[in-house]
Amino acid sequence: MGAIIKREIGAYFSSPIAYVVIAVFFFFSGWYFRVMLENDSSSLTYLVIGPMFVIVLFVLPILTMRLLSEEKRQKTDQALLTAPVGIWRIVLGKFIAAEIIFLCCMAIFVPMTIVIAFFTAPTWGIIFCNIVGMILLGSSLIAIGVFISSLTESQVVAAVVGIAVGMLIYMLDTINSGIQIDFLKSIISSVSFMTRYTNFTSGMMNLADIVFYLSVTGLFLFFTTRVIDRKRWS
Amino acid sequence: MVEVKNLVKRYGDTLAVDDVSFTAETGEILGFLGPNGAGKSTTMNIITGYISSSSGTVTIDGCEILDDPEGAKSKIGYLPEIPPLYIDMTVRKYLEFMFSLKRVTLPKREHIDEVCAVTKIKDVQNRIIKHLSKGYRQRVGLAQALLGNPPVIILDEPTVGLDPKQIIEMRNLIKGLGKKHTVILSSHVLSEVQAICDRVIIINRGKLVADSSTSSLSQNLSRSNDMTLRVVGAPTSVLSALRAVEGVYKVDKGQKTGDNCCEYHVYSEKDKDTSKAIFYAMAKNNTPIVMMRGNELSLEEAFLRVTKSEPHIADKTERGGKG
Repeated sequence: MGAIIKREIGAYFSSPIAYVVIAVFFFFSGWYFRVMLENDSSSLTYLVIGPMFVIVLFVLPILTMRLLSEEKRQKTDQALLTAPVGIWRIVLGKFIAAEIIFLCCMAIFVPMTIVIAFFTAPTWGIIFCNIVGMILLGSSLIAIGVFISSLTESQVVAAVVGIAVGMLIYMLDTINSGIQIDFLKSIISSVSFMTRYTNFTSGMMNLADIVFYLSVTGLFLFFTTRVIDRKRWS
Repeated sequence: MVEVKNLVKRYGDTLAVDDVSFTAETGEILGFLGPNGAGKSTTMNIITGYISSSSGTVTIDGCEILDDPEGAKSKIGYLPEIPPLYIDMTVRKYLEFMFSLKRVTLPKREHIDEVCAVTKIKDVQNRIIKHLSKGYRQRVGLAQALLGNPPVIILDEPTVGLDPKQIIEMRNLIKGLGKKHTVILSSHVLSEVQAICDRVIIINRGKLVADSSTSSLSQNLSRSNDMTLRVVGAPTSVLSALRAVEGVYKVDKGQKTGDNCCEYHVYSEKDKDTSKAIFYAMAKNNTPIVMMRGNELSLEEAFLRVTKSEPHIADKTERGGKG
């Protein structure tokens, strides 16, 4: 598994993907940071990490698009699947590699926090809560992305489907507000990524939200192993 | 070492592999012969655990591929038809990755150096795989299969796409491997299998049609007594002189190849070497032979012969499944 993580991170940095993703992430978080400073505010969490929700939704599919689709297209999955490594280790290795790149993106919040600390005392609890929220959100989206990548041989298809899923997740609350049936409404709101994320950005760490994101992550990684395994049997 | 029992693979309604059984012993080079689409790659993919069989078992050195996949896979080095190369990596980096992926416990640097030396890729170690020629890519693929010195090495069409010099090198390399490892290789070229393998399995439309040693297969398949001659002289006189040679039972006149020169296909009785007699007969007849060549069977002809189930070839197919 270590070998896979190492190779994937190497592949990220030997192609433009990692640089582009990190640059886009830095650009938008920097933009929100500037807006925050102009507003004479020091609410890093509410004005920066909060709006980054959308950016994360659209940027992570780019990170995950090639993870498994490219293996299939280049036939390198034959090397992985005939090596003495379990499928779940392969999937987990890929997931962790993408997660590490995502953490590199999030590293931008460190200097931002330091800058704020010069002017005012940051509320560490809320910042911590936000970081946890973003990591959990990212993990679940990466797991979904890895799953989508396992379904196709084309990176482009994986990226487009990933972004479409991201848009659906983004629009879920808007869609829900138009629904009249209470029963359906409560189901949709319980799977709303945005509502649960907003809980984190406003400083609330609920066990239910943590469990939700971790379940989505686990579930989609599990689905991925099933997709790979099923192909061997068909 | 490798035991395959009643292997069946279904894709929907089509049977890709139909009840194939065979074994390969330690230190044996086993050839897998069959036309394209015969089920060679499918069988190899099942043995290496890349795909699963519909039924049947594969046992590698006591490890069943479904019950103990990691144990079985750690004993196999596999070079698929298309080498599984990460083309953006350098050869060295790629081999280091495969080394760690396979969790080889040998000293890393020395072992990779050794494998590179065996496959003669030392001079391209630091080049990116994308820029390598087909021959080198094939060798990198082979190097990857050799990592960890697995007891079983499986090679799917290892010489396809190589130039003649590379083919000879690859064959010698494989022959060398056969001394220490169990090697299973597939090919659709009869002469190649004859040149490398100790034993041959012929597979056609997913079925095992023959399983015999290469030498007995060669005896049965290559009709070395059939030959093509090119003789200068009047065809009528040449034909009558040829037909008069003892052991020759049929002579066909082939195409004209020049002034007063013609090709003849000569068929002799089994186990009779008529070449010397023909030479003397032609010399006596004052019609010089300018070319003499033994006829090799094409793979298609070989299949026809095998599937006609000559008893001495088909005997082993009884235990190997339906012939």
